[in-house]
Amino acid sequence: MQDKIHSSYKQLEQKSKYTNMFLRWFLYFVLVIFALYFIFPLYVMVVTSLKTMEEIRQGTLLTWPSGLNFDSWLVAWGGRGYGAGDTFLKPYFWNSIKMVVPAVFFSTFIGAMAGYVLTKWRFKGDKWVFLFLLFGCFIPYQAILLPMARTLGVLGISNSVIGLVLVHTVYGIPFTTLFFRNFYVSIPSELVKAARIDGAGFFKIFFKILLPVSTPIIVVTIIWQFTQIWNDFLFGSTFSFGEAAPIQVALNNMVLSSTSVKEYNVDMASAIIAGIPTLIVYVLAGKYFIRGLTSGAVKG
Amino acid sequence: MKTLKIEELSKNFGSTEVLRKINLEIDEGNFLVLLGPSGCGKSTLLNIIAGLETINEGNVHIDDYNVSKVEPKDRNIAMVFQSYALYPSMNVRENMIFGLKQAKVSKEKIEEQLEKVSKFLQVDALLERKPSQLSGGQRQRVAIGRALVREPRIFLFDEPLSNLDAKLRVEMRREIKKLHQQLKTTVVYVTHDQTEAMSLGTNIAIMNHGVIQQNDTPENIYNKPSNTFVADFIGSPSMNLIKGNLKESSNKVSFITHGSNIEIPINGYDFKEKSNLDNKEVFYGIRPEHIFSKKSNEEDFEINLRADLSEYIGHEQIMTFNFENQEVLAKFPSTVKIDLSKNTNLFFDLTQISLFDAKTEERI
Repeated sequence: MQDKIHSSYKQLEQKSKYTNMFLRWFLYFVLVIFALYFIFPLYVMVVTSLKTMEEIRQGTLLTWPSGLNFDSWLVAWGGRGYGAGDTFLKPYFWNSIKMVVPAVFFSTFIGAMAGYVLTKWRFKGDKWVFLFLLFGCFIPYQAILLPMARTLGVLGISNSVIGLVLVHTVYGIPFTTLFFRNFYVSIPSELVKAARIDGAGFFKIFFKILLPVSTPIIVVTIIWQFTQIWNDFLFGSTFSFGEAAPIQVALNNMVLSSTSVKEYNVDMASAIIAGIPTLIVYVLAGKYFIRGLTSGAVKG
Repeated sequence: MKTLKIEELSKNFGSTEVLRKINLEIDEGNFLVLLGPSGCGKSTLLNIIAGLETINEGNVHIDDYNVSKVEPKDRNIAMVFQSYALYPSMNVRENMIFGLKQAKVSKEKIEEQLEKVSKFLQVDALLERKPSQLSGGQRQRVAIGRALVREPRIFLFDEPLSNLDAKLRVEMRREIKKLHQQLKTTVVYVTHDQTEAMSLGTNIAIMNHGVIQQNDTPENIYNKPSNTFVADFIGSPSMNLIKGNLKESSNKVSFITHGSNIEIPINGYDFKEKSNLDNKEVFYGIRPEHIFSKKSNEEDFEINLRADLSEYIGHEQIMTFNFENQEVLAKFPSTVKIDLSKNTNLFFDLTQISLFDAKTEERI
């Protein structure tokens, strides 16, 4: 009797083993398909950027390049060296850096401060302030173009990197405040009370006690803001032109303004260059992000 | 001179009244426990003493100086929080000396204090650790240490043991008691745990709905609760409150519950005012531990009640009896055997009773 039960268990065991194996392989299969699907455009971009125009015309999208030919990258970055009409990314890349670094810094810092005040130094009507800030997250970019253009004009900083820094800082504050507020809500207010009894003031509590435990949210905010600002095209193209333009605008001009033959290899190289900084931020900060999350010694 | 004196203190959050006309005084070296259910305003009161909350009306005096508008750091107090509130980015040493550094105390003095306190609390081996690397008990010690190094006039504790597990809580309770015995500092301690309050306090102020119900020694709180709230709040299980009427005839007072003809005599009860007692509606209060299964005293009153329920809890059992459709709980040693659904003779210790006016719920 017992043998019979045992053998039937054995059969079931075998059966579930095969089912599991099948499901596992099916899962891998699906994952590989998706991975290929997502990597395909990148593959085409990289491969095309390494080809000469001759190769592009003769081969297909998927053909492997004949060799590592970085000429189109150099052209995209530094131009061909003849005067007028030669658009290349280098100056605009630095424009973008000059725009993105201060804009990310200021919006993150102001957001952190605002989140700190809204959670730890509550005041009458603070809920309304937060509500209006939150509202800022939902206003479409297009709606503020005209008033912002007017404001920049009055301040005398239209068509400048400083103007763009201001626009992105202001537009980023609702998001950064939201991030920091939600993070600081989870930090016990007793910490602030203890520090007040210990004699620390508003700024000391912020810099000495809250900011040191904010690494995870700072990293999240930086990733978010950097990506938003670096990839922005609308503000860049509306509030700047010519020499003050950020890289995304320059990329657009490069690709669209080619008068003669479409140089696909240079276009692809430019697009990759314009995308590299965000990738770097993800790779570098993502690591810190996970580290920040796992170390989480806030509550203990 | 009173170390702490609170006068006519009121506090509202918007339209909600949190504290109403609070008056409190603590003498040097006393241990005052603020006890009450959650939402009774005890933590708000503590925060007000610390200066972390503003006052709507009334004043707080420390050493006869009105500190109502003084910053927390200048009040000469230190506070220990429920979540310990240790600064997560600083190690134990930095946590403990943070306050002294803010107060610009000299380096030598800081080191001296740190050494003394960390030895005293046995955290001297942990100084370089971060709070996240400490156990619950160690964190609690460090939090107390951070308060101690400042040598405050008044210690404020805000439910400091609530986050610890049951065993550790009992240990830390003893340590706090020892600490107070050795240092003899003035303490205000907030808790919702009556055992903590009873064992630690030299005085207990029981609060409910923002009002102090009774401020007295633990003995008086237990033996002579000033109203039904206190009677019900203190003791586990709480005091039996049997509804009924008083009967006064030829200078003898007795208690009769509705629908019964049993007269329980009231002898030697310390009435606040011995007039108009006849036919007065009252609650007759007797604690479960003052009901016995055997006669232990000649004065004990014998009564025959039906046993409905028995709860065994190791060293003792809690039995529920039916007294004219009112539940009466009694606590017996677990060795006593009583049959359920049968009538049993019980003995009320008449010297330990309390009487409350049924309308005002105040002690009479």
